[in-house]
Amino acid sequence: MQIYLPIAEVSVNAFLLLGLGGIVGILSGMFGVGGGFLMTPLLFFIGIPPAVAVATEANQIVASSFSGVLAHLRRKTVDLRMGTVLLIGGLTGAAVGVVLFNFLKAQGQVDLLVKLCYVVFLGVVGGLMFFESLRAIRRSKTAGGAAPKRRKHGLVHVLPFKMKFRVSGLYISVIPPLLVGLCVGILSAIMGVGGGFIMVPAMIYLLGMPTKVVIGTSLFQIIFVTGFTTMLHATTNFTVDVVLAVLLLIGGVIGAQIGTRIGVKMKAENLRILLALMVLAVCGKLALDLLLTPTELYSLGEGGH
Amino acid sequence: MLRAFALLALMALPPLTAPLPAQAEEIVLGLSHDEVAITATFDGSEVLIFGAVKREAPAPDAAPLQVIITLAGPSQPVTVRRKERVVGIWANTDAVDVDAAPSFYAVATSAPLDEVLSATEDLRHSITIPQAIRSVGAPGEVENAKTFTEALIRIRAGSGLYQVLENDVDLEEETLFRGQITLPAALTEGEYAARIFLTRGGEVIDIYETSIAVFKAGLERWLYDTSREQPFFYGLMSLAIAIAAGWLASAAFRVFQR
Repeated sequence: MQIYLPIAEVSVNAFLLLGLGGIVGILSGMFGVGGGFLMTPLLFFIGIPPAVAVATEANQIVASSFSGVLAHLRRKTVDLRMGTVLLIGGLTGAAVGVVLFNFLKAQGQVDLLVKLCYVVFLGVVGGLMFFESLRAIRRSKTAGGAAPKRRKHGLVHVLPFKMKFRVSGLYISVIPPLLVGLCVGILSAIMGVGGGFIMVPAMIYLLGMPTKVVIGTSLFQIIFVTGFTTMLHATTNFTVDVVLAVLLLIGGVIGAQIGTRIGVKMKAENLRILLALMVLAVCGKLALDLLLTPTELYSLGEGGH
Repeated sequence: MLRAFALLALMALPPLTAPLPAQAEEIVLGLSHDEVAITATFDGSEVLIFGAVKREAPAPDAAPLQVIITLAGPSQPVTVRRKERVVGIWANTDAVDVDAAPSFYAVATSAPLDEVLSATEDLRHSITIPQAIRSVGAPGEVENAKTFTEALIRIRAGSGLYQVLENDVDLEEETLFRGQITLPAALTEGEYAARIFLTRGGEVIDIYETSIAVFKAGLERWLYDTSREQPFFYGLMSLAIAIAAGWLASAAFRVFQR
């Protein structure tokens, strides 16, 4: 069944969108990621204009994160104070990101920037995760002992403006969380992702937060950052397509339930290595597009820039 | 599939007055449908244009009568960009602004275009696709600016937005004609100008112009208008839908797990 998307101004198969939402939902349920980094490139592939894909995906992430954070709030695994600090950085970053996005859109470079961001971040995150999980699998095969625990005592403890984060059990400077929030905010506006796949490693390795509060806290701040991004895109670019968002949402919500059930039956290392491979595959596809000679060298944009 | 027929019915009326010497053959038009509504399930549409030639004297024995039908969507400025390899990566470099290019353009003829239309008449009436695109000139530093307009035509033709339908108009007894133009699903709103030309030996002997209104309707209309006129409300509505869906999913999840 074809559906005409009022803002994207293209006609697409509704079942294709439901299916895409479902598949990405399954993966997001399995791996505990928002799935924006997969969905946005997939939307590019099926011919949704990049500007609409990025803005609409931000709206969809609000829904999946809100659903997730409710579960975490019940388990009390959300550090609201840390979340608020990250959020201040995040909102600033999102505003900067949308300004940057609009500037580059006028220059005709937005597609390139979005794709470069994807290649770099997916490559780095996918690569790190792949090698980390390979090591974990090898370790569990040979020794079977507990992983060596490192307590980092770096920059986060030296910088000024220290603050107590009781839920995380931390007493650190607010500058690193603000910067992490800022970077993720910019990325969220440009790439149309929640930024969980960058935020989560940064919180664990840079800020030293305990893993159990990381996902809930990340989700908490993602809701507000992507919500803010949605509003900015809706009011400045008019590129949020509600019909597209709703179709993706329905599929995503159902998929996430199935995914969570598959996820609990699999081993954590195997899950991580699968996720890493998937991330690297998307990265590879996008990198090839940038490196290989395109079949059509010309592209059309709105005139009058 | 939605089929909106724009029936441009032409009537062969009996002569009432003395024949004009200059114009021996002309088109008279009656319109029964002049709208295409884009609804949620819009999947392209077909426009059927048919009619007849009104004649006050027997058909001249000169070159055979031919018919050209053009349908043009609203014109907009377009920026055409070219990719070049920059440090190993393909990036947009040169750009040419085309002042006005129709968002949709179709030419249907009753015989091959070069037989139907002379170059001067094409220039005068802007009938073929390259003539329908207006570009005042590319910036001086861009070489081969012509390749940019060619690329514009190639890309739009690839997605069915620019169509050349030679021999696609049926013409019977030099009197009755009909042509069909398919509108793709990805349409821009606006007035679509339809022109019908009668030619003999490449010279245009009569023109008829009319228009078909293409507009979003129903929910599509409302969503589009709201997103443009009340973007703040539209954004809040999108967020409200997202949050409601997220809450519902979470609630359903709990019921499901019990």
